[in-house]
Amino acid sequence: MQDKRKGEIIKINGNMVVARTSSFVIQNEVAYIIHGQERLKAEVIRVRMNNAEMQVFENTAGLKVGDGVEFTDELLSVELGPGLLGQIFDGLENPLPLLAKECGFFLKRGIYIDALRNEDEWDFSPLAKPGEIVLAGAKLGFVPEKAFKHYIMVPFNLKGSLEVISVVSTGKYNFKQPIAQLKDSLGKIDEVFLKQRWPVKIPIQAYTEKLKPTEPLVTKMRLLDSLFPVARGGTYCIPGPFGAGKTVLQQLTSRHAEVDIVIIAACGERAGEVVETLKTFPDIIDPRTNKPLIDRTVIICNTSSMPVAARESSVYTAVTIAEYYRQMGLSVLLLADSTSRWAQAMREMSGRLEEIPGEEAFPSYLESRIASFYERAGVVKLRDGTTGSVTIGGAVSPAGGNFEEPVTQATLKVVGAFHGLSRERSDSRRYPAIDPLLSWSKYKSFIDEKQEEKGHYILRRSNEVFQMMKVIGEEGTSLKDYIDYLKGEFFDYVYLQQNAFDSVDEATSQERQVYVFNFIYEILESDFNLADKEKALHFFQQLRQLMRTWNSSQWKTDEFERLEEEISLLLEEKREEPKKNA
Amino acid sequence: MHKVYTNIIQIAGDVITVEAEAIGYMEIAEVTARRGISLAQVIRIDGKKVSLQVFAGSRGISTGDRVRFLGHSMRVSSGDDLLGRIFNGSGIPLDRGPALSNNLIDIGGPAVNPVKRIIPNKMIRTGIPMIDVFNSLVESQKLPVFSIAGEPYNELLARIAVQAEVDIIILGGMGLKYDDYLFFRDILKEQGAISRCVFFIHTAADPVVECLLVPDISLAVAENFALAGKRVLVLLTDMTNFSDALKEISITMEQVPSNRGYPGDLYSQLASRYEKAVDFDNAGSITILSATTMPGDDVTHPVPDNTGYITEGQFYLKGGVIEPFGSLSRLKQQVNGKTRSDHRAIMDTMIQLFSDYRSVLEKQSMGFQMSLWDKKLLKYGKLFEEKMMSLKVNIPLEQALDLGWQIMSDCFSPEETGIKRSIIEEYWPKS
Repeated sequence: MQDKRKGEIIKINGNMVVARTSSFVIQNEVAYIIHGQERLKAEVIRVRMNNAEMQVFENTAGLKVGDGVEFTDELLSVELGPGLLGQIFDGLENPLPLLAKECGFFLKRGIYIDALRNEDEWDFSPLAKPGEIVLAGAKLGFVPEKAFKHYIMVPFNLKGSLEVISVVSTGKYNFKQPIAQLKDSLGKIDEVFLKQRWPVKIPIQAYTEKLKPTEPLVTKMRLLDSLFPVARGGTYCIPGPFGAGKTVLQQLTSRHAEVDIVIIAACGERAGEVVETLKTFPDIIDPRTNKPLIDRTVIICNTSSMPVAARESSVYTAVTIAEYYRQMGLSVLLLADSTSRWAQAMREMSGRLEEIPGEEAFPSYLESRIASFYERAGVVKLRDGTTGSVTIGGAVSPAGGNFEEPVTQATLKVVGAFHGLSRERSDSRRYPAIDPLLSWSKYKSFIDEKQEEKGHYILRRSNEVFQMMKVIGEEGTSLKDYIDYLKGEFFDYVYLQQNAFDSVDEATSQERQVYVFNFIYEILESDFNLADKEKALHFFQQLRQLMRTWNSSQWKTDEFERLEEEISLLLEEKREEPKKNA
Repeated sequence: MHKVYTNIIQIAGDVITVEAEAIGYMEIAEVTARRGISLAQVIRIDGKKVSLQVFAGSRGISTGDRVRFLGHSMRVSSGDDLLGRIFNGSGIPLDRGPALSNNLIDIGGPAVNPVKRIIPNKMIRTGIPMIDVFNSLVESQKLPVFSIAGEPYNELLARIAVQAEVDIIILGGMGLKYDDYLFFRDILKEQGAISRCVFFIHTAADPVVECLLVPDISLAVAENFALAGKRVLVLLTDMTNFSDALKEISITMEQVPSNRGYPGDLYSQLASRYEKAVDFDNAGSITILSATTMPGDDVTHPVPDNTGYITEGQFYLKGGVIEPFGSLSRLKQQVNGKTRSDHRAIMDTMIQLFSDYRSVLEKQSMGFQMSLWDKKLLKYGKLFEEKMMSLKVNIPLEQALDLGWQIMSDCFSPEETGIKRSIIEEYWPKS
């Protein structure tokens, strides 16, 4: 083995350290700083002459000029293999529970633990046969992981056609035992293990083609699914001021979304929120699989007080794990909370590098970094004909709640749906506080297009009348306008708003959404026989009350049908002949 | 042996640069100047050039002064000896008591591993209905009081500190007016709480660098107590001064500012302090209450804005009362379901009615006619402001809930409140 390339520290500024070396240096390679007994992980982010400028993933207190640096030849990588599900990692894929076992209450710097434990054994069943010709990403066999078949694939970094020389037979294997041998076109033999490594900042591309995201991803949140849908393999962002409910929204999505696997990247946010997910998910049963939610979840957690550089890498670690499971033909949802903290981590580093700042001191490459991150989402057709997807939903925390700031703007350019939270809505306790007049989506909803358009229309119309009423008062508004206003408010109240504390109302299935939306559409299209404003208000209040009770009744139970009948009766009483032919 | 250097090559702001070798990043040094000895901390190393921020300020330092490196980062003495004592931001006694040097601990230590935290579940009772009933404070919560200068935020903090059932109170004062410091000292003495208090005080007249140390030193001491199983309450006032000190130093260091001159890492800087609030699995806890003054009552100013994203809610202090709108305790749901069965109903209903009252006030001021319902709301609003909102009110939670029923029954019939029938039957006052 060749001697390790070495260097020594010449400059320290916060988490930016400069090392001088006489050998070559690879951009973005990992290096370790040797400080006494400690080895601190760092990443080369700029090279100038013989100086390698590195961001250190740890607190740099105590480091000295002259401390040694060892370069590793490897870009910042993560381990991929069975055993990731249900785990909680830091931004560098160190398992936090094991760190706690080793170091106690605090995160000690310089302690790195393998994400996947070498001694764990997995039941392997082969799929490939000797003599077969395979490409990177081809399935050689599988092991059971929680509720999934976890495919063991040809390492993504192998190039060209490979011939399967041998595959082990069914049985228990650990991560150190090779399970297959492959020969490349030059005759070189590669051994395949249950786990492989992949550099986080490079997308995994072992697929035939990227498809257009069209199939709706059901989150069971009515406002999203019906009016501002997200597609499987699509991207969306949730910007909002503090206290508007970004995190609650993300938590609800992580619980109810109809996907196979959820990756939660808690990036620079409160530790308390991660703790809640961590402690409650093992006890919540996922109705799709009848297994605890935690079994389909991976948490990457680099909370606000953990080192900043690792925050930058945490979103990449998360998306790499998401891509890995996508390669097995699964549908994966990545929730990043919050991408603004990730952008700020870049800003901090850029400042230390003394780069010329862009707007609000964010680096000039902010937009391209954000774009290339969201571009890692997508539906892909795998080489065996199946499809897998990664959907990315990023929370954004704009300074002062102002969407004009650089991170929000850069994000809006590249995402397929925008769910803007507003302070006004959250102050008036209208949850989820997504502003329907502000938000948009480029994806198609499962709601009939004409009906969906009507929904948008009535919200806009209602707001127009409301603005007008502020000036001319209720007295000056015509009854027709007033009823439009009430219809919009009614639609908002009984359909868009959802009670996260009600066990039925918190999640609405696709079937129910289509049914109820159709029901409401009929109401919005109808003319009612209402004598004056007071009667109109009373009628809609009554309707609202009933519909809310209806919302918290179980789908298709006797109670559900009884309430539906009651509502229909009330409607019949006041309805004038319908405008359209039913 | 400690290394001594005398070649100071640059003095800019409160940062000096000295040529030295083999110095650790963040290491502490003693600078001996004509005015006396001050501590300083390494904040940048570039080859032989070592930049230090001088806690006592650079005024009077000459290029020929001695800099003696101590070989360790900033430390503070910890443990029971500190109780009842008053120190400055560098840990030097201000109370004529002896200097302490036992049980030294590093300040600004590493973050807590999230898996060693537990979900907070213990309410801290304060005797203030606007907090206990409407936005309960929870042990291990981090919560700032947002207010404009001139509001009685220090009085509020002191009151909560005195009444809260905690083992230890630590006061970190940053840019404190001298009379505010005396106010804290006197009130805690009067209430007999001083023997479980530790003060770290930086007054407005003290050098700015020392201000930066106050949160770290307070929280390091708090952490030490919490690990020993104590329930600690840390009061930090005022975090806007801390942020301004950060701004000053980063500009001196020629860092590119991001927003209104504040450094780009303001969020991380604030978060690394606030995130020290914790409920340890099998040990004590740290609760942080801070004051954040909002320049110009502007909540989008970088300091309150970044703070809001970090903390678990905020209390808005406005016009001498805790404003029900905008105030939020994110953790209240963890505790208010376990107090009394009417707690959540009272909380929701009274605020809704109060919000209706506010819109009636608006209507009234525009000269519209008042309906019967409007008049009821006006009566309700007045009573609510007088008996619930005033900070003079000091009653336990249960009494406050009873009072809530009393106020509502004075103004409304049970149906008008919209409260669930079962709760009305149990609690509605019978007259």
